[in-house]
Amino acid sequence: MSSKKKIRILVAKPGLDAHDRGVLVLCRALRDAGMEVIYSGLLPTPQKVAQIAIDEDVDAIALSSHNGAHLTAFPEVKKQLESKGINDIAIIGGGIIPEEDKNELENQGISGNFGPGTSMETIIDHINKSVKK
Amino acid sequence: MLKINNYWKYKLEENRKKNQVNNSTINNESFEKLKNQLSEWEKNILEPWVNKSNQSTNQNTTFDDEIKTIYTPLDSADYSNQYFPGSYPFTRGPYPDMYRGKKWTMRMFSGFGTPNDTNKRLKYLVKQGQTGLSIAFDMPTLYGYDADNERCAGEVGKCGCNISSLKDMEILLDGIPLDKVSTSMTINAPASVLTAMYATVAKKNNIQINTLRGTVQTDILKEYIAQKEWAYPPDAHMRIIKDMMEYCTKEMPNWNYISISGYHIREAGSNAVQELAFTLANGFTYLELGQQAGLKIEKFAPRLSFFFNCCMNFCEEIAKFRAARRIWATVLKEKYGVKDKRSLLLRFHTQTSGASLTWQQPMNNIIRTTIEALAGVLGGTQSLHTNSYDEAWALPTEDAVKIALRTQQIIAEETGVTATADPLGGSYYIEWLTDKMEEQAYQYFDKIDSMGGVVNAIKNGYLQKEIAETAYKTQLKIEKDQDIIVGVNKYNEKEDKPIDTLRVDLKAQEIQIKRLKKIKNERNNNKVKESLERLRKAYSNENENCMYPTIEAVNSYATLQEIIDIGRDVFGEWTEPSIF
Repeated sequence: MSSKKKIRILVAKPGLDAHDRGVLVLCRALRDAGMEVIYSGLLPTPQKVAQIAIDEDVDAIALSSHNGAHLTAFPEVKKQLESKGINDIAIIGGGIIPEEDKNELENQGISGNFGPGTSMETIIDHINKSVKK
Repeated sequence: MLKINNYWKYKLEENRKKNQVNNSTINNESFEKLKNQLSEWEKNILEPWVNKSNQSTNQNTTFDDEIKTIYTPLDSADYSNQYFPGSYPFTRGPYPDMYRGKKWTMRMFSGFGTPNDTNKRLKYLVKQGQTGLSIAFDMPTLYGYDADNERCAGEVGKCGCNISSLKDMEILLDGIPLDKVSTSMTINAPASVLTAMYATVAKKNNIQINTLRGTVQTDILKEYIAQKEWAYPPDAHMRIIKDMMEYCTKEMPNWNYISISGYHIREAGSNAVQELAFTLANGFTYLELGQQAGLKIEKFAPRLSFFFNCCMNFCEEIAKFRAARRIWATVLKEKYGVKDKRSLLLRFHTQTSGASLTWQQPMNNIIRTTIEALAGVLGGTQSLHTNSYDEAWALPTEDAVKIALRTQQIIAEETGVTATADPLGGSYYIEWLTDKMEEQAYQYFDKIDSMGGVVNAIKNGYLQKEIAETAYKTQLKIEKDQDIIVGVNKYNEKEDKPIDTLRVDLKAQEIQIKRLKKIKNERNNNKVKESLERLRKAYSNENENCMYPTIEAVNSYATLQEIIDIGRDVFGEWTEPSIF
């Protein structure tokens, strides 16, 4: 029998961004895929996101941005975690992220950076792999 | 007015009875004959044919398996009492000659960066032949935070124009003839403040505010339901809207102070029926709010306008618009006892669906927008915004906006669909869909009322959950290839970056912060403080209309956030019920 631990993941939209259709769908898809999903609710600051991640002891954070603040908000979450000595939480990005910003986010430790039309399966696969690492 | 205990149940029962008898436009003899012909056709012609070929599934529809192969007079109820546009119940259009007399207003929504940037874009659009202005604001403005708030890092000017004080509004409207254009401002939580700013700029230009024409969205109910940009709890916002209704009715009689919006409800994932039902339910709620302010419906209903989405299911969308007009007129007449014809008219703006645009193969979005825009026109819209093909990527470039505007101009000038009112009226399928939309909307009205109305259905999370449920189902259909999106789950190909997109740089934030600093140094800070205190008193006293002190505060160059913060102090903030 498998004793594999369920992945605990925080889903959040840091910043002033309420386009929550995608994250609400994602939350359900991740739950249906067997993960333990924590949704931050709307409008958390990056600090708040990091705090929830620590309090909930998650394995991964899925961040979404639809209004162009990804280069500011995503790395800030990472920075906040690092300032508390946390380096083992996988951070995955998604939303409206221009191609040319993806490398920059990747370099800052935010992977995935999935655009519109990405299948849930692709995202779930990516999370599974990222957490295993 | 009908004196009925449960009006919605009565309407549903009325509908049920209608469906049991011959309601069509043909007499009983022909009805029976047609029934026999239909069953023969099904047996002898359809069935053998169907066995030989694959049946394709329904696309992106609300009604899924309910759609039949054909529709005949057997399916549509009697619409002989609604042949005429400009006449109750306005199914075929609010005006008698529709686009023969006046085409729809081509109103392209725009806004980005600093007020200077947006001002330039507005002037460009006017030069291109646009007939009405429509301004988008950035997230800080929509939430009521100033550009220098640390929560706004990276957000200033990103998806709309930033307005932090009256000064910004002066720059935004510079050189725009406010006595000639009508301006639509997509602003909700801080709508009272932006209305005050617009009026103040007009006054400074010696324009009488009772001549100002324009629209502010102000529809806070759909914010809680779908778009989720609020400042205070629902009851506080509703109170401020009540004050706006009262103020504008008196001082700005040509100002449309609420645009009741289904657009965002649809974008958040609802289907066409939910968009229709939740939007109209919100509309009824505002009607009752106006009554609470002591206003007669006839006095303010003509100022209420609607804003709908137009998605890819062509026939369904057209039916939705027709049903919306019919329901509004019927309910206002029967339930609210409205007699004045102007008050029964549902007039609406349409925007093509942003959610239907794909990131993949973005040029295909021009086609999607064209189809949606045509459905809006065939549904009888009063104004239209067409999305640009690059908007799944970013705010649109000038060239992309031009194609979107040209799309409307081509529909208006080249297709001939404007030659006659409601060209699809009488189509058995369209009429059936219209009836179906109406019936399902009544079911929602009944359900919402049983919860104590829209505000309660927001507080208990019902409306939000309904939408999230539909959004999830839609996504599953796409993942299982039951719904096809070209370029996404079919006909997809590998693409390098296919288009150039607009980038709004972070300079906007610097410029806006610098200007704020300057204003705070130059203004009379005592005056600001006094006006804000007066506003606090008005907010704390439900019997005082808060619009007057809002105008005073704006005029003293109190910033947007300073004004909204007073409300946050008095009313508190809002956390939505758990949806997931």
